[in-house]
Amino acid sequence: MSENTAVDEIIICQDVCKWFGEFQALKDVSLRVKAQEVVVIIGPSGSGKSTFIRCINRLEEHQAGTIVVDGIPLTRDVRHIEQIRSETGMVFQQFNLFPHLTVMENITLAPIHVRKLKKTEAQEIAMSLLNRVGIPEQADKYPGQLSGGQQQRVAIARSLAMQPKIMLFDEPTSALDPEMIKEVLDVMQELAETGMTMLVVTHEMGFAREVADRVVFMDSGEVVEVGTPEHFFTNAQQERTKTFLSQIL
Amino acid sequence: MTTAATSATRSLPPPSERYTILGWLRKNLFSSLFNTVLTVVAVAFIVFILQSLLRWAFTSAEWGVIPANFNLIMRGRYPAAEAWRLWLVLYLLGGAVGMIWSLTTRQIGTALLVVFVLPFALMLVPFFSWAIRLNLLLVEVIGIGGYALGRYLPIERRGRAIAYLLIGYLILMLVVLRGFGEDANTLPAVPTTLWGGLLLSLLLAFFGIALSFPLGVLLALGRQSQLPAIRIASVIYIEFIRGVPLISLLFMGQVMLQLFLPDGFPTIDRVLRALVAITLFSAAYTAENVRGGLQSVSRGQHEAAQALGLSGYQTTMLIILPQALRAVIPVLVGQFIGLFKDTSLVALVGLFDLLGIARTVLANPDWLGTQQEIYVMVAGLYWIFSYMMSYASRRIEEQLGVGKR
Repeated sequence: MSENTAVDEIIICQDVCKWFGEFQALKDVSLRVKAQEVVVIIGPSGSGKSTFIRCINRLEEHQAGTIVVDGIPLTRDVRHIEQIRSETGMVFQQFNLFPHLTVMENITLAPIHVRKLKKTEAQEIAMSLLNRVGIPEQADKYPGQLSGGQQQRVAIARSLAMQPKIMLFDEPTSALDPEMIKEVLDVMQELAETGMTMLVVTHEMGFAREVADRVVFMDSGEVVEVGTPEHFFTNAQQERTKTFLSQIL
Repeated sequence: MTTAATSATRSLPPPSERYTILGWLRKNLFSSLFNTVLTVVAVAFIVFILQSLLRWAFTSAEWGVIPANFNLIMRGRYPAAEAWRLWLVLYLLGGAVGMIWSLTTRQIGTALLVVFVLPFALMLVPFFSWAIRLNLLLVEVIGIGGYALGRYLPIERRGRAIAYLLIGYLILMLVVLRGFGEDANTLPAVPTTLWGGLLLSLLLAFFGIALSFPLGVLLALGRQSQLPAIRIASVIYIEFIRGVPLISLLFMGQVMLQLFLPDGFPTIDRVLRALVAITLFSAAYTAENVRGGLQSVSRGQHEAAQALGLSGYQTTMLIILPQALRAVIPVLVGQFIGLFKDTSLVALVGLFDLLGIARTVLANPDWLGTQQEIYVMVAGLYWIFSYMMSYASRRIEEQLGVGKR
């Protein structure tokens, strides 16, 4: 494995820094994610975990350090940014579905306009994805007519329709009612089992324990500790990690 | 069904509100002494106004002035020999509206119904000749034909078909109205100085809206642009135009423009100058209204579109603008109604729009003392068209409301 790490590692972040005005949100964050790996990022609010994954598809611009996604360096070059974005799906806390389009149109929009698929082709893919997330019967409804859990599953299907190599999840269940969290987590778990590379910011410790290959703990803009879930939840080394875990578990 | 739990949670029917007329009156009009007094005073006032208005309308008003000047009011001094061209434009309008209606039933639905009812309603006007009624009927028939034709278009091509239809109609309408040359055999030129009456008012409003809308959207986008040059230019334009009254722009166009142009520069059509002033003026307001809509679209929508790999142009056209425009339909329609009524200002710079023509009729010694009749009619015509716009906008909002959060 060590011979071809460059090929294997699909996301390479080295010493990434980011400031919002005077405030430093990310301090020398380094993380390498292998293809098909599921990495869960946890940490207190304001610790920079969302900012970090939003830097990976350039929703935020990092100001120092390097990010390489699937061999493409993330720079100001617009072509690189678009290439990385079309290979990277993202699911947001607030779903961010397009309210003026039906579920079907939400999912087929990017495949048609970015991947230049035919409409019928895109619709076939969309239908199979809706089946996969368990709501094929909602295809012709508008997002406003769905429950939060259904909306988030549509958002996942919308990202998957671009056939990304990497999926970024930014607190995907934080805006959901408790009884809907499970249906979204189930979809994510199935996705992980298909071998998708996933970077997940979440507060769902159960998900981290069961699905993650590695857990990253961030606090005040730094990566404090990285390890397997088992290591993390039974044998955390750092004092800050222990404090955080004791507060939430 | 028999368990205690189900019977306990069985929901009751909603309380029924039973109203008798007397009950309704008591609740809404006579609930307290103060309300009773208000009701009585208001009713007395309404009766008084209505009574004098109706008495005037049915006894002393001389409505004869309207049929006598009907052609003038409708088309100004557009030559009678060429009046068939106006009917041709109306036929085409009927066809285009019918076709657009059938292409958009899913979204706009009965919004355009109002346009279809209108020709039938107009046929009932007592003093219309049979020739006019026949022409109106023809407009209706062609409209229904256009509707039927539109049904045959495949759904995927509809958006494009509507765009072509509108642009094609605008061009054809101008060609038919304006004609070719002084001595052309077919369609001899009718200079715009002869256009007038309702025809001119509607044309100014129609083209003013059609031209200022895209310009306003571009300005709104320009004001939010990342490029400082475009942003600053947009801001200066918008703030300058909004800082001056429309009438001053109209005067500038009519009086001052010619002074600034080099000697020997061909005179620019006066109607065109007025149209440009109206368009530039309205665009600045459209821009600010659309900007309000743009700001109502959340940051998350941009981010979701970017994360999917849509380009900036695609994000604007497919995600941001559709939502922004939908949010400001009521404001935009309000503004366009205002624009339609503001076209009456061109009367002050010497064009003979509906109001300008009304004033020429009043200047005619034969019709001295008919101000009330003429101005009531002018107000009525403005009201009919403004109300149609307002009605259409409400229906469009209802239809588009489906996808609202």
